[in-house]
Amino acid sequence: MQTINQNAKTFAEKALARASGNASVSTGQIVDVTPDAVLSHDNTAAIWKLFKQLGVSNVKYPDRLRITLDHAAPAPATQHAQNHAEVRRFVAEQGIKHAFEVGRGICHQVLSEEALVLPGQTILGADSHTTHYGWMGAFGAGVGRSEVAALWATGELWLRVPEAMQIELTGKFRPGVTAKDFCLQLIGNLGADGGLYQSIEFCGQGVAQMSLNDRMTIPNMMAEFGAKNAYLPPDETVFAYLSARLAKRLGGTVENYLPQLQTQAIYADADAAYHSRHHFDLSAFEPMVAQPHRVDNVVPVSQLKGIRVHQAFIGTCTNGRLEDIAAACEVLRGKKVAAGTRLLIIPASSQVLREATTLGYIGDLLDAGAMIGIPSCGPCMGNHMGVPASGEVTISSANRNFKGRMGTRDSEIYLASPAVVAASALAGEICAP
Amino acid sequence: MYTGKCWKYGDDVNTDVLFPGKYTYNLPPSEFAKHALEDLDPDFAKQVKPGDIVVAGRNFGCGSSREQAAVCVKLSGVTVIIAKSFARIYFRNCVNNGVLPLVCPAAVDAITHGDTVSVDLEHNLIYVGERSFSFPSLSGSVKDIIDAGGLILMLRRKLGTEHLPMPEIKFSSE
Repeated sequence: MQTINQNAKTFAEKALARASGNASVSTGQIVDVTPDAVLSHDNTAAIWKLFKQLGVSNVKYPDRLRITLDHAAPAPATQHAQNHAEVRRFVAEQGIKHAFEVGRGICHQVLSEEALVLPGQTILGADSHTTHYGWMGAFGAGVGRSEVAALWATGELWLRVPEAMQIELTGKFRPGVTAKDFCLQLIGNLGADGGLYQSIEFCGQGVAQMSLNDRMTIPNMMAEFGAKNAYLPPDETVFAYLSARLAKRLGGTVENYLPQLQTQAIYADADAAYHSRHHFDLSAFEPMVAQPHRVDNVVPVSQLKGIRVHQAFIGTCTNGRLEDIAAACEVLRGKKVAAGTRLLIIPASSQVLREATTLGYIGDLLDAGAMIGIPSCGPCMGNHMGVPASGEVTISSANRNFKGRMGTRDSEIYLASPAVVAASALAGEICAP
Repeated sequence: MYTGKCWKYGDDVNTDVLFPGKYTYNLPPSEFAKHALEDLDPDFAKQVKPGDIVVAGRNFGCGSSREQAAVCVKLSGVTVIIAKSFARIYFRNCVNNGVLPLVCPAAVDAITHGDTVSVDLEHNLIYVGERSFSFPSLSGSVKDIIDAGGLILMLRRKLGTEHLPMPEIKFSSE
């Protein structure tokens, strides 16, 4: 029988102890946390209205706010334009330093690129995919708009220290298999509520083997598993990525920032009281697809035959990064998208678009017949830039395939990795590369 | 005691069907109720009556953090939701808008769409016909917010700004 070490702590316990200024906290405890960063996006204007109802005139910690215009950007209609204008007024009035204009990219990608969240820190955001920051070993959780208004006014919010699930990863993905396939399979196996309320904490040498791109996909997708937050242990690759970006933004050399990042990183204790433990060998996975209208309705792509695709979409905070565009380019270079199928590629940020242009991917993709969109969330939640017609089938590298998600109730969305989406665009039906 | 007619739904009802994403940045709150549960049950918005109760299976409100998915239910006159479990952000959004999210799997199994049920908050009991089911108490932090009528109202009290006028939420283009 395993002995229980009372002093051993999960990542969530350690991170929330830090965020609440306590020496130690335990699972189930309710704590008032003071996050290092507070995220909002196009919903900033709506949050400002709630903030005004609080009767407070100034944001308590304006430098902790992180704002991007990304969800319906550039504005598809006058109402959205008015909304953006209000966000800009708020940013000017409150002196918000970390605000990013239309075209810079999707919040989670931009804040990662700008190193505006760091390992060991806590970020709360009015966005369900705030779990994303687990890629670097930060505690990220989504909250509602009223709660962000409360955070602006007081700097703090109550959280319950969640139960934690430990997932040990060993081995390495086979070529053509990605973290997206792993996540779809995991959610398919354990269900869309398999990680409900929990901190999903990964460990094992399989994490270190993974590219940063794959690592960013995992905590992002854990939102579809019901997770409160997710965590991957940060290593030298993570520290190098972030310190280079800190040096770029703040000046100085990479070496200036490395020690600080290493010191503030938090590591879970292996013998902590985990609610459940799982182990996966990454070499055992294959390309997967989530079928309409549930993220946990998953099958291997090899089992799908003859599903005609009208629209293929590569982008979003889940899979719109350079490696994702490279994977699509690999499949499509020198070939043509099938007649009757549209391929839409929206880089997750302006940096991704810049690098993909320099590396020639964008040119190759245009030659293959793809459309390239402005860095943003695009049609992911049905605002614009690729809303499907009734009866149409979309295959997408996004995270959600709920009925009506992309703006049209009677259309179907399949989810897959960028390579599978690209291969499906090429064939005009769902298939593996 | 709350007594109301039940609108019953299944597992994993997501916020996209409760309040479609295409409405998230361009609708004033006065329009929310009209679109409540639009892609789940088109009859809901047309027929729901104040005091009705929404009943659902596991993981109710999964997906997006959009608070309108809870606000639209509230503006439809529903202040109690009974589910087998709630997605965590949706649970918080309910509480913060003064909607009671009650977890009671046995009651959900016993309730049929259209039943009239009663909820006794003092004794944590849900009455379905002749049967009663108990549900766990809400935690202190949650109770405080519900009792105040929502997070904004609770904070106004805490911040000492209760006496200030409460601006109505309007759209700049209105």
